This record gives sequence, structure tokens and C-alpha cells, in this order.
Amino acid sequence: MAGLHKSEFENPVIRWVDSRLPIFTMMQKEYGVFPTPRNFNYLWNFGALAMVNLVIMIATGIFLAMNYTPHATMAFDSVERIMRDVNFGWLLRYVHANGGSMFFIVVYIHLARGLYYGSYKMPRELLWILGVVILLLMMATAFMGYVLPWGQMSYWGATVITNLFSAFPLVGDYIVTWLWGGFSVDNATLNRFFSLHYLLPFVLVGVVFLHIAALHITGSNNPLGIEVKGPQDTLPFHPYYTIKDSVGICVYLIVFALLVFFAPNYLGHADNYIPANPLVTPAHIVPEWYFLPFYAILRSVPDKLGGVLLMFGSIGVLALVPWLDTSPVRSARYRPVYRILFWVLVLACAVLLVCGGKPPEGIWVVLSRVATAYYFLHFLVILPVLGKFERPLPLPESISRAVLADGGGGGPLPGGAAAKPMEKA
Amino acid sequence: MGFLRIAAAAALLALATPVAATAAEGELTFPPQNWSFSGPFGTFDRAAAQRGFQVYSEVCAACHSVKHAYYRDLGGIGLTHKEIEAIAAAVMVPSIDDDGQPAERPARPSDHFRAPYPNETAARATFNGAYPPDLSVIIKARAGGADQLYNLLAGYAEPPADMKLGDGMYYNKYFAGHQIAMPAPLSDGRVTYADGTRASVEQMARDVTTFLAYIAEPEMEVRKRLGVKVVLFLIFMTGVTYAAKRKVWADVH
Repeated sequence: MAGLHKSEFENPVIRWVDSRLPIFTMMQKEYGVFPTPRNFNYLWNFGALAMVNLVIMIATGIFLAMNYTPHATMAFDSVERIMRDVNFGWLLRYVHANGGSMFFIVVYIHLARGLYYGSYKMPRELLWILGVVILLLMMATAFMGYVLPWGQMSYWGATVITNLFSAFPLVGDYIVTWLWGGFSVDNATLNRFFSLHYLLPFVLVGVVFLHIAALHITGSNNPLGIEVKGPQDTLPFHPYYTIKDSVGICVYLIVFALLVFFAPNYLGHADNYIPANPLVTPAHIVPEWYFLPFYAILRSVPDKLGGVLLMFGSIGVLALVPWLDTSPVRSARYRPVYRILFWVLVLACAVLLVCGGKPPEGIWVVLSRVATAYYFLHFLVILPVLGKFERPLPLPESISRAVLADGGGGGPLPGGAAAKPMEKA
Repeated sequence: MGFLRIAAAAALLALATPVAATAAEGELTFPPQNWSFSGPFGTFDRAAAQRGFQVYSEVCAACHSVKHAYYRDLGGIGLTHKEIEAIAAAVMVPSIDDDGQPAERPARPSDHFRAPYPNETAARATFNGAYPPDLSVIIKARAGGADQLYNLLAGYAEPPADMKLGDGMYYNKYFAGHQIAMPAPLSDGRVTYADGTRASVEQMARDVTTFLAYIAEPEMEVRKRLGVKVVLFLIFMTGVTYAAKRKVWADVH
């Protein structure tokens, strides 16, 4: 029949729908038989984990929003009401609050994996840039979410971060007033942050969709960093990677559960259980832990505008990595110098994380300056130069050869396993 | 697999950092105490919490509210419904009568604990400009938690000879700057315990800290019990899923 999609599904209902709107065929193609490199290690779980985390955040967030009151005089009390009066409200709130931390842990590892295995390189540049956009959206969402309980750190964190925009010459103060909706962080600010905190996750879903769509055009990178050469290098996504991701999800949920049930406030700050008070400034205003490296970069520059530019630049530079890295070899496994410098970068980020939580004085200023300098040196100087001088190790001929060589035994893929659709769908 | 191992270490470092961050916040350290409610299986010592409720009612409640707590919450530390009704009924709470005029009525178990003053301004007027903080989540609102509160309550002493206290200020070993506007609330024998426990300052401080820890986290015992089940289930699921993964991948490796 003209105009109808030729569905291969036999179930009459699925077939009827699929002929008119081939979503089953699409799912089958993108998640069923989708050819995936056969040599992923467990670091390739973290994209799926981030997806699960996003769903958890949206699900808990929707129920929290049903019980939360975005008003400067009632927000703090309404959060306590959620904790005490709403059935399992404490669970919703602790999952959502710690879910923010888990999200950043997962995404930072996901990002580090991309850097280590060169996943940003041609042809995956746009995929990588969409990832940086996701990171920025996550940061904006997390920042505004942290303001909502309207505790001391909410209030003063919002004050400090929004005030950063006043560093821009001429328009700075207007921007800040515009962000606040008034002349200080107040009820108008809380209301717009709540509105945007509800909106941005759905924008995030949209960008995540594009991220995955781009991924399914280029296909995944893999630990060897060499392209798939044929069917012998791949496995169908289902069941091989659905089950491997499931193992990762279980372990991830254990870590998540340990935080939620046994240390729900461990990653938070005690001051946020004190209601916001514009007249009392906390001794040390610190952001949530996942912002500490950026906070350290901000404070490592004595000039306010310079600090702000460097802080935003630290994320902006990530978007340029596909062009800054001049090495034709993707995976750090075959880049003996880059492999070491990658860990120096991780160390620099860890130092920044620690420094961000310390008062900006004495040794902490020196350390954060050194680490900031290395961070930018790594991306802006080392990556472009290293690609020209580093002598990479010989690359394996193909994924299947490399896997079967160090896998010991095995043999060719059993017939049919590579192209079997999920019949039970 | 070097990446995996080092990445795991980095994740642990990330988790450990907030501790380092909060430790830097004050030069004060609070000698840790043994609490019945600490640890993954901790529960609130009911007798201590009930004695603590007595200390709160007879001492703290003169100045400090616990406005997020309900009288019915006392059920969680072992009081019967009859006892709670009697405790609530002895308190008059603000209400509005049939003519729309402000009035008072005896409290019910479903009422919030009555605050000792109608609003913050009234509190400041009464307490010489100081505002006694609400104690509903005080244990969570201090980086040192229960240890900090206990040591503060038991930490009053004579100031060192070279220290000059401000007007209306008191010396405390465990308060930032060692000057606190709250006079020592506890003294030996300040309350008389019905169960015969000797009411030393340390005993009362420990009891009221246990009570306030319960008020801050009335869900804690349920949370930990549920957590044990959830984690055990997830460990089981990890095993099952990993076994399934091995089986699925057996023909590839």
C-alpha cells in the first residue's frame, strides 16, 4: 500500500502502529540491532547512567514541585514540610538532592572518558560540542535548583554567582538587575529560578536527544580509538550492551542508595538548613562540590572580570578540544605522553576541587593558580603541540583482531548473533 | 583498565572533599561522642530522647521554638497517644473564635509545637536584640552536628584571665569566637528526671541533643531500615545481572 511503512513486526497491533509511525522499527534499528563496537569497557556505561540519572531527576523533581512553594517567606518551610509531612517526601528530596551530585559524578567521568579515548575527534566533533552544551545546561539547572530551598547557602550562593555578571563593563549592573528582577536576590529571583529550573531539564532532554542522534550517525568510539571496519568488529546493542549497561546501573544505584539512605546530607552544606537571611553573611560562601573547581579558577585571578572570563573559558575551551588536539591518534592507549598528561590534568582538576572549598588565602591561592595555569596550558598549548611531536604506538589493525588477540580464545562471532532482532519486543 | 582504577580513586577523592571543605570552616573541633543514632543501624535511645524532651520543655522552650515539629511527633520517641494528647492539651495555641476574634484553644497532637514568642521581632525585643534560633533542624544546620550541640551545651566555663567579654556575653569553649549571647542554660539538677537519672549538665546536654536529633530527622530510623533493604536488594540484583551478562557474552569471548 502506498504511503505505509513496510513493517517487519508480526504482532498485528505493533504492525498496525509501525506501518503508520515506524517507532518500533526505529527502536529496533537504534537500540536493538544497532552495531556497537564489541570492545567497550565499563567506562562506556556512563552515557547510559547519565540518561538514567536525568530520568530520576525529572521524575522526583515533578513530585517535589507538587509540594514546594516558590516564595521567599515559605520556600524553606515548604521544604521542611516535604521532609516531614509528605509521604516519602524525605526520600523524594534526598534522591533529588543527591541525584544532582550523582549526575555530576557520572557526567564528569563520562567527559574524562571522552578525553582519554579521544572520542571528540573527527567525525565526532559536533557530538562532543553537544555534550559541552549539556554540561552547561546541567550547571545552570543545578545552580538554580540549589537556590530553591532558600537556605543561607542558597541565598548567598545566588548572590555571589549572579553578581559575577556585574564584572562586565557598562552593561554588567543592568544584567544583574535584570537577572534578579529587582535590586537584590529576592522573591522575584526565587520565582524565576523555580520556573527556569523546571524548564531547563526539558531543554536538556532535547539536547540529549540530539547528542544521541549524532552518536548514532557516527557510531561510538571505543577503547582502541580505531574505526569499526566491518561486522566482525561490532555486536548488536541488544542484548550485549543492554545487559552490560544494566550491570553498571545496578552498581551506580548502590552508590546512590548509600548516599541517600545513610549519608543524605554528606555532600550538602550545613548552612543550607539555616533559613536565608539577607542580613547575615555566612563565614565562607561555597558552592556545591561539583562547582568547586570552577570556583577555584574564578578566585585564582585577582581581577574580577578576568576571573569570570577564565571560569567561563574553562568550559568554552572544552568545546574547542576537537581542533586543539592535533594528534591523529584517538585513544590514549597509543599515546604514551598524552596518557601521562591526561592524569596530570585530572590531578589539576582535583587540586582545583580541593582549593575551591578552602578560604582563598595562603597556599590555597598558590595551588589554585598553578592548577588553573596547567588546565589552560594543557588544552591551549600542550594538546596542539603534542600532536606534532608525540610518537604514537602502533595501532592494531582492527577491533576484532585486537580483541581476539588479548581476549585469548573466543573465535569468530557465532552465526546470526550479530543481526538478530529483539523478537520479544 | 588503568583508567578504571584511577577513575575510581578520583571519585572517592571527590566524595571525601566536602569533609575537608567543612573542616576548614572553623578552627573549632568538637570531641566526638557516642550516639545511639549514629551509624547505618543507629536508632534513637527512647529513654534519652524522652528525658531530652523534658529538658527542652522545661529549659530550652522558654526561648527556642521547634516550629516544624508536631506534638504527634513525640510518638516516635515512645510516648503513647494518651500521653501526647495530655501534653498538647496543656498548651494553649493561637486560634480564631466564632466571631473572628483572636483567641486561644488547647493544642491537639496535630498542632505544631507552640513557639515561645509570636514572631522574630517580639523575640528580639524580649532577648535584648538577640534571636534564639529555631531548633527544628539545628542538628543538620551545624557542620559538627550532634557533637557540636552537645559540646556547646556542656562547654560553658570561666573565661581566660586575658579575655574581655562583651556586654551580656558569656564564655563558651565551643562557640565561634568563644562569646555567646545565650547564658548557660543547664546547671546540675536543673530538671528532675522521673526515671531517677542524675541530672548532671553532661547528662542533660546528651539527652536534649538526642531529642533534637530526633526532631531534626524524625524519618531517620525508617530511612536507615529501608536503606538496608534497598542496598541488599541492589547487591542481589547486581549479582543476578552480572551472571546474566556473563551468560550473554559467553559466546563472544
